[in-house]
Amino acid sequence: MMPHTSAHIEDIEVRLFLEAIYSRYHYDFRGYSRASLKRRLRVACESMGYPSLSALQGELLHDETIFPQLMGYLTVQVSDMFRDPAYFRGIREQVIPHLKTYPSLKVWVAGCSSGEELYSFAILFREEGLEEKTMFYATDINGTALAKAEAGVYELDRIALFTRNHRLSGGTGSLSDYYHAAYGAARFDQTLRKRTVFSDHSLASDSVFAELHLVSCRNVLIYFDRPLQDRAVGLFKDALVRKGFLGIGARESLRFNAHVNAFGEFLPAERIYQKRGEA
Amino acid sequence: MSVTRHDIPLPGCEAIVIGASAGALAALTELLPPLAPDYPVPILVTVHVPPDHPNGIPALLQSRCRVTVKEAEDKEPIHPATVYFAPPDYHLLVEKDRSLSLSNEEPVSFARPSIDVLFESAADVYGKGLLALVLTGANHDGAQGSCSVADAGGTVLVQTPDSAASRSMPESALAACPAATAMSLSDMNHLLAGKRSGES
Repeated sequence: MMPHTSAHIEDIEVRLFLEAIYSRYHYDFRGYSRASLKRRLRVACESMGYPSLSALQGELLHDETIFPQLMGYLTVQVSDMFRDPAYFRGIREQVIPHLKTYPSLKVWVAGCSSGEELYSFAILFREEGLEEKTMFYATDINGTALAKAEAGVYELDRIALFTRNHRLSGGTGSLSDYYHAAYGAARFDQTLRKRTVFSDHSLASDSVFAELHLVSCRNVLIYFDRPLQDRAVGLFKDALVRKGFLGIGARESLRFNAHVNAFGEFLPAERIYQKRGEA
Repeated sequence: MSVTRHDIPLPGCEAIVIGASAGALAALTELLPPLAPDYPVPILVTVHVPPDHPNGIPALLQSRCRVTVKEAEDKEPIHPATVYFAPPDYHLLVEKDRSLSLSNEEPVSFARPSIDVLFESAADVYGKGLLALVLTGANHDGAQGSCSVADAGGTVLVQTPDSAASRSMPESALAACPAATAMSLSDMNHLLAGKRSGES
């Protein structure tokens, strides 16, 4: 047995597989962190019943129904409303006072997945009286997740956590004011998304689309390798107004990023950065 | 005291991964403080900790250790003489360029961080240069990861169930991975610290 050979073959398979997706479907996963992507592809192979990634690749190229199924494995959809309440408390107490000085606002939730964070911001901005002058952009590459985000319907058993997070984040009202429960699900108030544009946007291949005051992109960068992280943060830098804000995940940092000097640490513990004025 | 002349715990060892759960702090307090400040390989640790509280273990151990002890950061390059802990609620993985990645994907065997995820990705990168230690714990996380380490040519040592505060994790690893060797914590200690335990 030559154990190193099989690991090496798998690396070749992963590389070819990502090239095949890019050539055939124009989604670019080549700059994703390889270790966790490889793991998710193994799981995909196993649960879709293919003996190897090469076997799956053959089907993927010829059968267009395969790729949408794969999307759920290639992207990670794990989120909660007001996840990391300290982050939202930081936005509410420290960032909002700055945002209140602008006549109109644009906010981008990049990699919004199924929308939990978008609704968190919509609720927070309503509570802080900023909703009417704000335009939200919620983007993701996963169409299924985007459709869920637009629908704004979540399993009822997640609401206890959302409610607790909302309270810990400094929420002024009761979360139950924003949804009604029916048939085991909580449907969020449709007026919360009336100022939101949901859109397919890739941090790997698309460009800046608006001038923004706040970008929130949390637990997305960890799935990117360093060159792709540089690209994504470069987009945020270019999109943000001077003194605009960037929030990232609790365990993410700009420390190893090419654009680190374009940002100042606004709330380091909450991972909220502010674009430098002179940039 | 061991009299081995090796600077590294085993010939060809490039990295050590450790998985532990219930009883982890006491076991790690025995293993890590003897290591010399210029310890030649990195140590990556996944301990099951609650998702919504800061993990106090790295700070506690840093005060007792001569190697650097820290929580892993995403895309951080891996350095020797450093112990990296998986942060609460994130998986810790190793990339081919020998940097660390964090992931927030679904818990594996109800665990995030998952020992299996760390072991499997480290086995991919280090192959036979990897030494994996499975310590005390009350579940079966680490069993599958131990197989990945052994399959890639690495070495798996498992704390003897009798000496573990919680025996199911060592038992599961030994059952799943025939190539694994059961070893007491003090023998692991000698192996890890090598001759360096007798210096300074």
